[in-house]
Amino acid sequence: MTPALDIGFAEVGAALGLVAVAVLVSLWQRMRLEGDIAVAVARSFVQLTAVGFVIQLVFEQDDLLLVVALIAGMAVFGAFTARRRAASVPVAFAPLLVALLLAGAATLGLLVALGVFSAEPRYLVPLGGMVVGNSMTAAAVALSRLGDEVTGSWREIEATLALGATAGQAIRPILRRSLRSGVIPLIDSTKTTGVIFFPGIMVGLLVAGAAPLDAVRLQLIILYMLLGSVTISSVTAVMLAQRSFFTPAHQLREVAARVAT
Amino acid sequence: MLFELERVRASRGGAEVLHDVSLALPEGSTCIAGSSGSGKSTLLRLLNRLAEPDSGRVAYRGRELASLEVLALRREVALVPQLPALLPGTIADNVGFGPGLVDRDVEVAVLLDLAGLPTAFAERDADRLSTGEQQRVMLARALALEPRVLLLDEPTSALDERTRDHVEETLKELRRRLGISLVLVTHDFAQAERLAERVVRLEGGRAIVADPGPERTSVSTPPAVR
Repeated sequence: MTPALDIGFAEVGAALGLVAVAVLVSLWQRMRLEGDIAVAVARSFVQLTAVGFVIQLVFEQDDLLLVVALIAGMAVFGAFTARRRAASVPVAFAPLLVALLLAGAATLGLLVALGVFSAEPRYLVPLGGMVVGNSMTAAAVALSRLGDEVTGSWREIEATLALGATAGQAIRPILRRSLRSGVIPLIDSTKTTGVIFFPGIMVGLLVAGAAPLDAVRLQLIILYMLLGSVTISSVTAVMLAQRSFFTPAHQLREVAARVAT
Repeated sequence: MLFELERVRASRGGAEVLHDVSLALPEGSTCIAGSSGSGKSTLLRLLNRLAEPDSGRVAYRGRELASLEVLALRREVALVPQLPALLPGTIADNVGFGPGLVDRDVEVAVLLDLAGLPTAFAERDADRLSTGEQQRVMLARALALEPRVLLLDEPTSALDERTRDHVEETLKELRRRLGISLVLVTHDFAQAERLAERVVRLEGGRAIVADPGPERTSVSTPPAVR
């Protein structure tokens, strides 16, 4: 394969110039973000470089089992990361993991089945990474909102349970709000795409020399794919995690409630 | 016996708030009086299984609570929480919510009247009521379940004196007209004396004394206290 671009570490290093400006601003305004910026820069460098080698290996091996293992690994790491953002949900890891695996399998499976992409590592690996990443963010937002809503609305939930409602009936209004908060950011960015910002894939393709309309078509496929996957992941994570707030006897677990004695 | 508690221990927020409580509550009206933090709200929540004891036995009419179908129990033993927590929608939506879960219609006007509210309130938005009015809607909502027992958690704590007197009159009237048993939690010992046929004092998570109240009835056998 002929490289479309010739980028070395010198160019990457030059891009750090802007990061230096951000660090200076942080120091000047005493924002105390310079440590976080340094960690973000270091982690992104190490993680992306490592994943670059892994992807190169997967491409060379051309084995679909390796692709599945790689995407499953991303889902485990994604669920682990997202769990920390949903700290107020009693059981978050398993719902997140199932959500990410399901979103990845359903989305990629559909795209391959419809013949949009062929089942080759060079398509499935980057697309899988995007699906898992976006699904993770959406599911984490939805679960975090779910935890906050249950904690903030425990009086309403318990009052509803006291009227003979099941746990599912008592939490239903909150589920709607949590699901919306997970999916709305991507819907909004999809609405404004091309007007307020250019999405990454399209920019990448244009920079790499692709024809604009080809870049647009691929970007549209990706956007629609992501809309589907974040909805699947948010719904799955929220529906599975909501059970953990209740006991089998339709009691709100204490972790979410702060009640008088 | 309406409720029996045997050597019940229960925790809230990781700390034990009921320590080895044994208690028998007969039919009629009982007040559980105690200061803040004495465990009285937790005790009330045990009675319709909104909470579970750490150990010990809780029975309703001779049957262990855990052996009863929990949703049916909560319709029969309805709890009115301390602070109003109404659902979005109208008063009628709120009053009809519980019966709606089992596909039963209710006469909202009758229930509002029972709770001491004007029947014209039915179509009002729930969030446009005073605290006292909301508390009465909570009462009407619980009555809509046609319960045999009402559990009331500090039903007048958020109300001024005049509204409090009205709610107290309503509760006495309900007891007279419908024969519903009441278990009422309060920090106000004077209110306990005014409302209940018997008073159980709860202090520091222990039921320490039971006073027969002023209105002795034929069922007011003094409850067994540890």
